[in-house]
Amino acid sequence: MDGFATTGFFPMYATGVAEYLGLHPIYFDETNSGGSSFEVLVEHAAYAVEAGAAEVVLVTYGSVQLSQMGRRLGTGGGGGGGFAPGPAIYDALWGNTLVGNYAMAARRHMHEFGTTPEQLAAVAVSMRRHAASNPQAQERDPITVEDVVTSRLVADPLHKLDCCVISDGGGACVVTTEERAADLPRAPVYVLGAAHATTHHLNLSAMPSLTVTPAAQCGPVAFARAGITPADVDVAQLYDSFTITVVLTVEDLGFCAKGEGGAFVADGGLEVGGRLPTNTDGGGLSACHPGMRGMFLIVEAVRQLRGEAGATQVADARIAVAHGTGGMLSTGATLVLGGEVP
Amino acid sequence: MTDRPPVADERPPKPRPAPAPDADSAPYWTAAHEGRLVIQHCTSCGNRQLYPRDRCLVCRGPVEWVEASGRGTVYSFTVIRQNYSRPFRDWIPYVVALVDLEEGPRVMTNIVGCEPDLVRIGMAVRARFEAVSDEAGIALFSPEG
Repeated sequence: MDGFATTGFFPMYATGVAEYLGLHPIYFDETNSGGSSFEVLVEHAAYAVEAGAAEVVLVTYGSVQLSQMGRRLGTGGGGGGGFAPGPAIYDALWGNTLVGNYAMAARRHMHEFGTTPEQLAAVAVSMRRHAASNPQAQERDPITVEDVVTSRLVADPLHKLDCCVISDGGGACVVTTEERAADLPRAPVYVLGAAHATTHHLNLSAMPSLTVTPAAQCGPVAFARAGITPADVDVAQLYDSFTITVVLTVEDLGFCAKGEGGAFVADGGLEVGGRLPTNTDGGGLSACHPGMRGMFLIVEAVRQLRGEAGATQVADARIAVAHGTGGMLSTGATLVLGGEVP
Repeated sequence: MTDRPPVADERPPKPRPAPAPDADSAPYWTAAHEGRLVIQHCTSCGNRQLYPRDRCLVCRGPVEWVEASGRGTVYSFTVIRQNYSRPFRDWIPYVVALVDLEEGPRVMTNIVGCEPDLVRIGMAVRARFEAVSDEAGIALFSPEG
């Protein structure tokens, strides 16, 4: 291993983790784009390997957010005006919370397209159904649409069960050359295409439209680089910090038209056997969300492409998409992964 | 995850956070302290923008400050029902909104002077001002009329 990538919330983070682990890599990367970071780190690692800058890059993530938060559990940070670097102050004076930002996107989506709380709730219900067969999932008891829409409102129109869990967790993957991978005992998965984009930093007031995320920019680019269309995707791992995040993402990646995300995710559309099997591990809504969930999207996509996903295995899965969303819908990063030699 | 019981708090009320004016933002915060809402106008291409920046976002030309009408419409909003940070937890439920100013720029704000459940997207609102320090003020919005 000669390359190392990870990220977290202090400067020179990867350097610090490398020191702790006793690593002296010749390639390192600590790009932090929030929840989408690990899709970006894998994209960068693929370029580095392709260019010969490194042969074997370890991409890793660990967080003890649940253990560390203790009594501060609640709105996923933000809200006190405490973390407001530079211009972020303009949106930080109003008592808005992280949940509140996504709630405003949900409210706007409902206004423009008639999306209903029940359609949003369907996302949480489907993720929970997948989580039921994941022994590592944080929440596994079945829930109904009624359970979601009658759970406590955190920031209208988002209820408690529209919000992801808060977890401890970690994961890793290795990016290397096709030649090196051929020597390994496990079947390789190929990075077929990747791209990332940003619309704003922490100021939601700077997002051009609350119903169009960076996925609309990077998704089509990643698909074109992979030479696929949305119809070619067998299984998706889409960042689900909140139910609305998934509705916006399926639209912006082109799995349905803008405004039709509510109907697309309803009635089991995201479940195995449905329109687009999504978050087959239970997602951030039920399985695990330690702050930056992007790594788990990759882990589950690889399991699907290797046929190792257990009860939620999608039959004959050949192409998987992992799409991370970071910040306040600020960043998006799409990875198209394939289980066959491209 | 179980919900936490309320924590007894004997401390005095905490004020709303106040911005620290800098070269870009001082005219904005000072104007609000004086009860005026100002926005930036590009003298080269006519673009109007907030938040304050050193240059025009469209053409990178120089910007000047102009007074806005204070009128706008609600682009989106949420009613915050959970926030453990002071002072906001004492205000629950309260409205956080994005308001599109008549002149174009969009700002985040609170909608006050109205029951949270009555706020709607598209609602006409007007700025009102609150001093948050000796040098800075902020623009809150209330329903028009």
